[in-house]
Amino acid sequence: MSKLNSSSSELELDRPNIEDYLPTDSLHEPSGKLRLRDLLDVSPTLTEAAGAIVDVRKDLPVDVIGGMFSITVLNEISFVHGQDSFTRCFKSNPPEPWNWNVYLFPLWCLGVVVRYGILFPVRILILTLGWLIFLSSYIPVHLLLKGHDKLRKRLERCLVELICSFFVASWTGVVKYHGPRPSMRPKQVFVANHTSMIDFIILEQMTAFAVIMQKHPGWVGLLQSTILESVGCIWFNRSEAKDREIVARKLREHVEGADNNPLLIFPEGTCVNNHYTVMFKKGAFELGSTVCPIAIKYNKIFVDAFWNSRKQSFTMHLLQLMTSWAVVCDVWYLEPQNLKPGETPIEFAERVRDIISVRAGLRKVPWDGYLKYSRPSPKHRER
Amino acid sequence: MGNASSMLTQYDIEEVQHHCNNLFSQQEIVSLYQRFCQLDRTAKGFISADEFLSVPEFALNPLSQRLLRMVDGLNFKDFVAFLSAFSAKASMPQKIELIFKVYDSDYNGKVTFNDILDVLRDLTGGFMTDKQREILYKPGLKMDVEIPVD
Repeated sequence: MSKLNSSSSELELDRPNIEDYLPTDSLHEPSGKLRLRDLLDVSPTLTEAAGAIVDVRKDLPVDVIGGMFSITVLNEISFVHGQDSFTRCFKSNPPEPWNWNVYLFPLWCLGVVVRYGILFPVRILILTLGWLIFLSSYIPVHLLLKGHDKLRKRLERCLVELICSFFVASWTGVVKYHGPRPSMRPKQVFVANHTSMIDFIILEQMTAFAVIMQKHPGWVGLLQSTILESVGCIWFNRSEAKDREIVARKLREHVEGADNNPLLIFPEGTCVNNHYTVMFKKGAFELGSTVCPIAIKYNKIFVDAFWNSRKQSFTMHLLQLMTSWAVVCDVWYLEPQNLKPGETPIEFAERVRDIISVRAGLRKVPWDGYLKYSRPSPKHRER
Repeated sequence: MGNASSMLTQYDIEEVQHHCNNLFSQQEIVSLYQRFCQLDRTAKGFISADEFLSVPEFALNPLSQRLLRMVDGLNFKDFVAFLSAFSAKASMPQKIELIFKVYDSDYNGKVTFNDILDVLRDLTGGFMTDKQREILYKPGLKMDVEIPVD
């Protein structure tokens, strides 16, 4: 059995070792007899619980006083707040201020003037132009070609890809695509890690995917119900429990259809800050089709693309992107994976998450993204 | 200090420090307060059970329910007093009292055979079957309680 490694480097803090959460008694070497008194010793477990409440760094030395009734000691309570592995996934990391000296500050001011005064209006122009072209082509195509479905679908696909390219251009998106482009084949699903709604736009500009999304309010919702409908999107409602079966059925139907657009799913279910991946939902992995992973990684030097949906609305987020220098990211289309014999969907999901995390350089974290929206209910806890 | 204002005055710190018998330094109390405010998301002045459970490391702990019983709804002063049992400087009786409360599953002020069985079940949940736990029913099994006396 492996020993618990208690490393003391700052970086290791990021990798939660699941063995840390088990009572240490259960991991002792079976040296002859397992004593009942060791099993009943609450002190290590108590200390871990107290450490969790207080949010102690796991690499601090913890003193164990021997004996049955002892409570281990929390030495040097060094509070590194919000370091519990769950909060870390959803923290927006504000950029370090670098412009606070006499030389750099004027340069930064100049940068602001350029960004807001020159780049922003140009981008708005580009976007408006794009929308005009798109709407003037889309509406006729949609209405006039009612009878010729195949042609209409093809044109609509091209138009959606076009408007997405305009969007990407409006933030000066520099996207590098690696790997073979997705092809239209039945029985295949695409999965990707999720950082912001713009993930979808970036992927969509290359291939017109059908996507499964949460229905949003406002102008985004309007776009969803009109334009995305034509690409073949599936809606769900996070808060409805019954919804899951209906959605699962719709997914299955879509995947079986030969001339439906390839389906894109974000199995994390929520936006994560592009340093970590949270648990994948198994829904995408039990459809019985090939899963093609896509990894997306943004370069933070230019802008932090993480959309903290609790802090900003999507409109604000887009405006922020449009007043930054550029959105630089890498997209890797990875090798398609199939369910191995004897593998459960959950294991399959984990394996794919592994592939994506390794490619994009993200750390894996064992938490369910939905905990971001609701508190853990008793059924979430180990029992 | 029962209300959740995010300003902690020197007077408050000293009061809290006094309440926990000086087991924490003032710096530690300030840090604890920051953590308290972070956990108490809705700024009620106390941390509710599900706010505790939102710390995954805590929710996974087998003793979480027992600790929740003791720590649910405590205001900051009592929260610090509770945690002071974990300090290096806490007295042995204080530590024993905490462990006693953890063991006392049915909160009748006594740690009986059933209480110990419950604790064993909590701690070894997945790793021992009930059959293995029946070892405790062996007649003549003596449970020696050792309290190290310094």
